[in-house]
Parts: sequence; C-alpha cells; structure tokens
Amino acid sequence: MKPEQNYIELFNRNRALIDSGSAGAMNALRDRALDCLVRHGLPHKGLEEYLHTDVAEWFGPDWGLNPARIDMHVDMAQAFRCNVPNLSTLLYFLANDEFALSQTAARASLPEGVFAGSLREAAGSRPEIVERYYGRSADMDRPGIAAVNSMFAQDGMMIYVPDGVVIDKPLQLVTLLHSPVDMMVNRRILVVLGRCARLKLLLCDHALSANRFLTTQVMEVFAGPGSGLELYDLEETHNANLRISELYVSQEQDSSVEADFVTLHNGRTRNTVYVTLQGRGARLSLNGIGAIDREQHLDNMTFVDHRVPECTSNELFKYVLDDSATGAFAGKVLVRKDAQHTSSEQTNRNICLTRSARMFTQPQLEIYADDVKCSHGATVGQLDDRAMFYMRQRGIPEQEARMMLMQAFVGEVIGRVALEPLRDRLNRLVEKRFRGELSQCEGCRACR
Amino acid sequence: MKENSSDNSLVREISAEKYKYGFTTDVHTDIIDRGLTEDTVRLVSERKGEPEWMLEFRLKAYRHWLTMEMPRWAHLDIPEIDYQDISYYADPTVRKKEGPRSLDEIDPQVMKTFDKLGIPLEERLALSGGVAVDAVMDSVSVKTTFKQTLAEKGIIFCSMGEAVRNHPELVRKYLGSVVSYRDNFFAALNSAVFSDGSFVYIPKGVRCPMELSTYFRINAAGTGQFERTLIVADDDSYVSYLEGCTAPMRDENQLHAAIVEIVVLDRAEVKYSTVQNWYPGDENGRGGVYNFVTKRGLLKGVDSKLSWTQVETGSAITWKYPSCVLQGDGSQGEFYSVALTNNRQQADTGTKMIHIGRNTRSTVISKGISAGYSQNSYRGLVKVGEHADGARNYSQCDSLLLGDKCGAHTFPYMDVKNETAIVEHEATTSRISEDQLFYCNQRGIPMEQAIGLIVNGYAKEVLNKLPMEFAVEAQRLLSVSLENTVG
Repeated sequence: MKPEQNYIELFNRNRALIDSGSAGAMNALRDRALDCLVRHGLPHKGLEEYLHTDVAEWFGPDWGLNPARIDMHVDMAQAFRCNVPNLSTLLYFLANDEFALSQTAARASLPEGVFAGSLREAAGSRPEIVERYYGRSADMDRPGIAAVNSMFAQDGMMIYVPDGVVIDKPLQLVTLLHSPVDMMVNRRILVVLGRCARLKLLLCDHALSANRFLTTQVMEVFAGPGSGLELYDLEETHNANLRISELYVSQEQDSSVEADFVTLHNGRTRNTVYVTLQGRGARLSLNGIGAIDREQHLDNMTFVDHRVPECTSNELFKYVLDDSATGAFAGKVLVRKDAQHTSSEQTNRNICLTRSARMFTQPQLEIYADDVKCSHGATVGQLDDRAMFYMRQRGIPEQEARMMLMQAFVGEVIGRVALEPLRDRLNRLVEKRFRGELSQCEGCRACR
Repeated sequence: MKENSSDNSLVREISAEKYKYGFTTDVHTDIIDRGLTEDTVRLVSERKGEPEWMLEFRLKAYRHWLTMEMPRWAHLDIPEIDYQDISYYADPTVRKKEGPRSLDEIDPQVMKTFDKLGIPLEERLALSGGVAVDAVMDSVSVKTTFKQTLAEKGIIFCSMGEAVRNHPELVRKYLGSVVSYRDNFFAALNSAVFSDGSFVYIPKGVRCPMELSTYFRINAAGTGQFERTLIVADDDSYVSYLEGCTAPMRDENQLHAAIVEIVVLDRAEVKYSTVQNWYPGDENGRGGVYNFVTKRGLLKGVDSKLSWTQVETGSAITWKYPSCVLQGDGSQGEFYSVALTNNRQQADTGTKMIHIGRNTRSTVISKGISAGYSQNSYRGLVKVGEHADGARNYSQCDSLLLGDKCGAHTFPYMDVKNETAIVEHEATTSRISEDQLFYCNQRGIPMEQAIGLIVNGYAKEVLNKLPMEFAVEAQRLLSVSLENTVG
C-alpha cells in the first residue's frame, strides 16, 4: 500500500474532528488538498526534485496526530529562554502546531491594523485576509507536501502588515516540539505584507522531548509592492527529527525579500523554497548554511521563477559536512521569455570533512530570455591546504586553524544576515557547532 | 530574425544554401522491409554474415529493449517515434561476400557522393600523411583507406562487420564492455540492430601515424542509422580519431542511434573529435535527424587519457553525453564541446565524468550557442566515488543567447562521496555583447560576419582542441549555421 493511503483514510475518518479544531478558510481548502494527494501522492525518490530525500518513506511509520487538540502541557516561557544577547523580539510560540502568545508579545502594542497571531483565530476574525491568501501560492499540483499539510493543518501563525506599516522590532516565532509519543506536526504560516510594509521575522525550531517528530511546515509569503521582508529560519532540533518545509514567496514590484536558512542541528531535513518574482524590480536574496554531522541529512531545494523583467535574485548556500552526514542542494533558476534584464547569481559551496560525508549538488539554469545575466557556481572540496599551511606556519595549532577556516567559510553567509545581534549569535553558534559542543540547543532548558 | 516565408521555394533556397550536404545519391540500395521484430534482428545479422554469438548478443539486447521505455527526462520535446516504421538495414553497395576489393567494385555514384562530401576514398588523393577514412553509407562501410599502411604497424582499422569476422576475439572481449545493452533505451536498440561503424585497435606501444576518421552518411529514405564504433587503445598507445556525418534534406525525421565505446589501457591516450552535421531540419522544424547517441570511454589503465571534442551544429534533436569512466589511477578525462542550435533545433548534451580511481582528473568545457527558436541544454554529471582519493574536476559551461525566442539551460549534477575530492562548476549565460558588435560594425565588419567572428572567438577554447583538418571545417560551420540569425 502506498504511504499516502494511510493518511487519506485517517483524514476521512477524522475529518469532522480536524474541522472542529480549525476554522473557515483552512477547512475550505481540505477537499481540494485531498483530491491533490490522491492524484499526486507523496513525493518519493523517483521524482527528480526528490532524488536524494525519500519523503514518502518518512511518512511510513505510524505517527501520532493531534486532531482533537489535546493540550500537551508545555509551559512555553519556562521551556524556552532565548539567549541571543541584545536581540529584543516579540516572541510567539507554536507548541507543536498550536499557537501561543508570550507575555511580552501579549503586552506589546503593534501598530494599528497589524495582525500577528493564531492562524485559526485569524480564519475566524480576519476571514477576508485568510480567504484571499491562504493556499493561494502553495501549489498542491506539484510533487510536495502542500497537499498533505493543507489536509491536516489546524493552526499556525498569520502575520498581516498593512500598507505603509513598518514593524521595527523583529518578530520571533519559536516552535517547540513536545510530545509523549512519536508525533506528526503540521503547521502553517501565512505572511502578508501590504504596500511598502516592512517586517523582520525569525523562526526557530526546537525539540523538547526525545521522541521522533515528523514536521511539515508550509509557509506562504505575499510581499506587496515596495515591501521588505527579512526572514531567518533557524533549525536546532535533534537527530530523530524529520522536517519538511515548503516556503512559497510571491513578490510584487520593487519588493525585497531576504530569506536565510540555518541548519545547525537536525535529523533529516528537506527545505523547499519557491519564489515567484512577479513585479518588476523585485529583489531576492536566499542564503543557507548547513553545518551537520553524524547521520544528519539536509536537502535544500530552491526554485526561483523570474516572470517579469528587471528582477534580481541572489543565492548563496554553504554546507560543512562531518561524519556520515549527507547534504543535497538543488537550485533552479527559471527566466521566462519576457523577463529581460534579469540578473541572477547562484553559488553553492561545500566542504566534506570525512570520507563518509556525501554531497550532491545540482545548480540549474533554465533561460528563455536573451538580455540577461545569469550565472551559477558550485564546488565541493576541502579546506584550503595553502591557507592551513600559512596558519600552521604562524604557530596556530591545526585544530584551531581548521576551526578558523570553517568559520570563515560559513562566515560569508552569516555576513549577509542583516540583523546584527542575530549575526553575532550565529557566529557563536556555528563556532560551538564546529567544536562539537552544540549537541543540545541552548535556547531551551528542557533539552537534555 | 528571418521572417518566416510562405514562399516555399525561397525557404528551400535558403535552407539549401545553408546545408550544402542535403543532396541525395541515386544508387541502387538494398533496403529491408520496415519494422522491428526478432526476425528483423536475425535478418540484419544474416545480411552481415555474422557468427552465432553475435546474433545472440543482438537478440538479448532486443528482448531487453522490449522491456524498456523511451527516456523522457531530457529537456527535449521528442515527437512520438514509430519504431516499426523504420527500415533497419540499407546497403547501397553491391557487395560480394568479402566486401569490395578494389575501388572499381564500388558503385561510381557512391564514390562520387564521398568525393562531393570532400572525403577522398582514393588513397593517392589524400594529403600526404593525411587521414585514413572509413566511409559508411547507411548500414554499410563502403571503403576503409590506408588499411595496409596501418596494418604494417599492427593497427587494426576496419568496419565493425569486418572486425566481427576477422578479429572475433577482440570484439567479443570489448564489445558491450563499456556500454552494456542494458544501459539505456537507445543503447539497447543499437545493440539489437547495429550496422557498420569502425573498429580500431592500437597495439601496445604504437603511436598511430595518421588521424583515423569515420565518415557517416545517411542516404536512403525511411531508414535509420545505427552504427557502432569500438576503439581499443592498448598500453602506451596513442590515436586521434575523427568522426563526421551528414544526411540528405528530407521532410521526414530520420533516426540515428549510435554507440561509441572506447577502452583506454595503461598510459594510452585517445583523442576523439566529432563534427556533427546531420541535417538539422528546415526553418520551420520540418525534417532533420534525431541524434540519440551513447558515447562512453572506459579509462581502464593507469595514467590513461581520453579527450572528447565535439562540435554539434546539426540534427533536429540531439541527445548525447560523451562520458569518461575514470577507473585507472591517475587517469584523465576531458570534454570540450561547442553546441550550436538554430531555428527549431533542440539539443540536450553534455558529459558524465565518473571518478573511480585515485588521483583522477577531469575537465569539462562546454559552450552552448542558441539562436532562432532553438533550445540548448547542457546536462552533466560529475561523480566521485568513495575510493577516488584526490579526484579533481573543473567544469565550465557558458551559454550564449542570440535572439529572444531561444532558450539556454544548464543542468549539472555533482555527486561527491570522497572528502579529498575537489569539484568545481561554473556556468554563465549571457547574450552577445553589444560593445563587441559595435566595435566590429564601426570597423566596417557587417553584422553577420561580426557575429560569426565573436561566436568563433567564444568557442575558440574548444575549437583549438580539434585537429587542424576539423578546426577549419568547424569554424566555417559555425558561421554558416548562424547565417540569418540576426538582422
């Protein structure tokens, strides 16, 4: 039996329960999602986009689900203490996939018209926004998990920033995975930025219990004309964690989006990013760091669709693979026929530190317009011998020299992070990661 | 861009001017009935007078082919091909059992054809120290020149059919050892029905004194060409091999599904150069050859070297990935390619470099040029196995776009399993520089010539790798193929 069959049956059996734990537009999408899952199934290794990550296999075990919204008793404030110095954020939580507000966020007053809160609640209280944007760009007709996520997701977060509003303080959404049994978590994030609106958003993934988790996350971002979004997605979970995330970004004229993915500790991760540049002058910067070891697996796939002229996209992904870690990167840039004056640059650099580490990389360009400047580059190698020699000559111990070189290697990506306190923090985290000290995340006290 | 003209005669005139090898030869040709069954395979084998083991090889391949499906992963729009509507064997020579012994026995029309193509079949006409040629028309090798001269050095250069008869031990040992009939759909098809190609064996320590060349010509209508070439370079030997091809202009699409296998032993070196100029179809994409080819070299020996150089200007659809399996320690693979597509042509071409041995090196330089409504893709794989310590690869693929209706695509794959490997890939896509064009125009060089000049400069890195005889031809071909692309 195909793995999706279990989920189809499960869904049909629990449909009423799922609906009752959610609201409006989210429930309205479920029928179409079911239809898409029946037609396309779950993504498996036979598909070009999933060559290195057999997502369908991940769905094989009997995962627990929480459609009845049973309270998992997590005291978020107790469990999580963000210790990024000088980083003052408005903190929100997702306990598995259930939204919760922190005290600071509850007290803070957001500019007028801004909504930052539970997606389920928004589906009830701001239906005009949710109905308009929910599921609009998450494409369920291509191989992926948008369909299965849309079937089961009951909550998540929505952020709506109206025209001309700038939120200075970064918003931080912390996901805490906690469950007494192995569990599947389906969460959904919706970000809508009006004309010239600005937002900084930090997403952190943490696991509080040692159980296995399968997380599906679908995030849709609509960046209105002239708007700006800085998005940071930081994953620090544990080795038994399976995460599949899909980010759909749709950019209007002169909008600017920066999205950074940092994977420092995980089990098996697949991140897919689809960006549609549909307004002239839109700018995109996509960056990623993967510093993984043991049996960890990280697969980032990006697809940037240049639909209109004069857009810019810039991608930089760097991996450092230790032990038996496997890394995969596939980046596709599509420049459509009319998208003249496109400028696109994609770089993927990787270092394998051991014999058993393995890297697959697959940068792709598909170009149908002639007046464009597109390039991609990819390398797989080791630390530079000459640089090592130079440092050793100057009395720097080998271990230290290696550390410095690795830090410098990923430093290029971290340097692109606009949020300064986060940049400093990432530098520290990466250093700890390379020293092998980051077997647990500092952010949560409950970590073993 | 040239306007599409409804006046067919004009179109024909222009196409004719561009593809000067589009003529047909009126020669009595023995063509077997269309269709592909086990009987067809038996018939082809019988016509070629093959031993039982060869027939068995073909039948195994045919039965395997039946279980396979046509590959659809390439960035190509391949119309449905009716494999039962192709004739799999066409013999334009009135052959005696042992093949023509003297030139008198070859049909004068066939001789004339090769003369017209600029391929002299009479040895005295060839330039001194020139090129030994195996001329293949449709399914049959017409003539192999300089066989005697080469035989004195122990070099075997003959048609595949002859090799099966005269050197069965070598053919049995190496045929299918690099490209198995299970490899892919077209490899299975070729293994079942292959006709003449060339067989080359360079003995130990011999440096081949002249360039070896095979010229493939499709002539008969309704046929496909399924040649098979096998080159074995024994220890410490060297050979440079050239391949050229043309076909008549027809409204129908003709299928060309070939296999080239190269075995390179200890410290041997093989240079394989191709100028592919099959009929590309007319401006509207009518007709043209489907070129689905599997080319692979096994660098079995230590410090062996194989260099592929290709200039691809012809064919309606090209599906071709000349590859190197770098098995011997210290072996070296190279791939230099210029692929030009114009009008409605489609090309999905590139290479595979499989690093298995230690300290193996590979270089990939690919230059794509797209014009008209064409689609040009580079697809390449660099794979470094677990034990390939010190493997080194450098790949560079550049694409040049001439016109806003065409597409240029790059699909490189890298799969690295060894921490000591260094793999680099770079790709750029851009259009022809306006500054350069302006500079040329300013100096009185007309637009078309200027483009030819710039394109030739762009492709120079690859063209320089071609043997002299081919380099001149390739340069001219690039300019001709680009006629009427801008204006």
